[in-house]
Amino acid sequence: MTVADRTHRRVEHVMGMPVSLALRGRHAADTAAAAAWAEAVAVLREVDRVFSTHRPDSVVSRLGRGELEPADCPPEVAEVLGLGALAEQESGGAFAVRRAGPDGAGVLDPSGVVKGWAVDRAAAPLRALPETDFCLSAGGDLLCRTLDPDGEPWRIGIEDPRDTRRVLAVVPVTTGAVATSGTAHRGQHLVDARTGRPPSGIASVTVIGNSLTWADLDATAAYVLGQGAAAWLATRPGRTGFVVWADGGTTTVSGPAA
Amino acid sequence: MVTGVRRIALWFAVTVTVVVLLFGYRTSTGASTVGVNTVLASPAVPAGTTASAVGTTVTGPSASTRWGPVQVQLTVAGGVITDVTVVEYPSGNGKDRQINARALPVLVRETLAAQSTGIDMVSGATVTSEGYLESLQGALDQAGL
Repeated sequence: MTVADRTHRRVEHVMGMPVSLALRGRHAADTAAAAAWAEAVAVLREVDRVFSTHRPDSVVSRLGRGELEPADCPPEVAEVLGLGALAEQESGGAFAVRRAGPDGAGVLDPSGVVKGWAVDRAAAPLRALPETDFCLSAGGDLLCRTLDPDGEPWRIGIEDPRDTRRVLAVVPVTTGAVATSGTAHRGQHLVDARTGRPPSGIASVTVIGNSLTWADLDATAAYVLGQGAAAWLATRPGRTGFVVWADGGTTTVSGPAA
Repeated sequence: MVTGVRRIALWFAVTVTVVVLLFGYRTSTGASTVGVNTVLASPAVPAGTTASAVGTTVTGPSASTRWGPVQVQLTVAGGVITDVTVVEYPSGNGKDRQINARALPVLVRETLAAQSTGIDMVSGATVTSEGYLESLQGALDQAGL
């Protein structure tokens, strides 16, 4: 196996996270690759401008403060909020984009929807590269394509949540998405929207599926369900789940066929 | 449905050893660079090193893990990992098979037959720019840039 001699990598930092691209095939290293990469990064920067909750001037921050009406926002905002509402419904309310803030006021935070959705969008220029396989990762949530169904899969390591220099498992993915949710080093504190509390008994959830939008949503929803994560994932069509429990044990779950 | 997604397997011990190889030198010196060359320079990690026209091959020691003995061989050319071969892997051990056999038995068999592994990308909840250089993903990107 010789992978690295024909896999070309690029990395940029957007939204406080590394965005890594691996390309192989016809346009792995040429100007078409550079142009597609620039376009993908531009999509992510635009998403950040609209959706960042860390930027007080973002569309979502202004919407959350009531300075904008939904009708004044770009159509992508309605799309993301719609996905959030769907995920809230399907997780029995554990996942939500609106939740009670520290002062009791509602806080609008669609971050749990945006990341996977943004990478799905950013991959469009990469999908347009003929005869080229890619693996695009934004902060640990990623999307792979391999044009030859019998081709060599991308090998995705799943981070050990208790020792992030290690991986616990490797998933070979030819074409599909992998998302992991858990307790981040800083910033994101995932809570069960029904209780406002972080889940217990669980360290991380990885979901593999064909859409990164839904892999990411399901990973987050399952994580905040805590001890109910594996049972819930077993009901999700077309997804495979890998749960790491707080005690270090793991459970692999396959949902029903899509 | 996506066919590749179904080809899933859990390669616990093998992968852990690859990571140990990648970070063995760095943790012992605190060097600020992350890359494959540093692995080659580490006196503690390789059990055997051979150089050839196609690159340098490093064979790690046989590591005993909770899943059984694992030994990994890396070939490096121009600072890039060009080949990762698992020389020894815990195929006879029950633990990982037990986990996989229940959920995805066919897929495991396929991967075991390949007898090799490497990592292209890392999925994790803690992949932030802050910890990036120290992360496995950072090492992978450095190796391939």
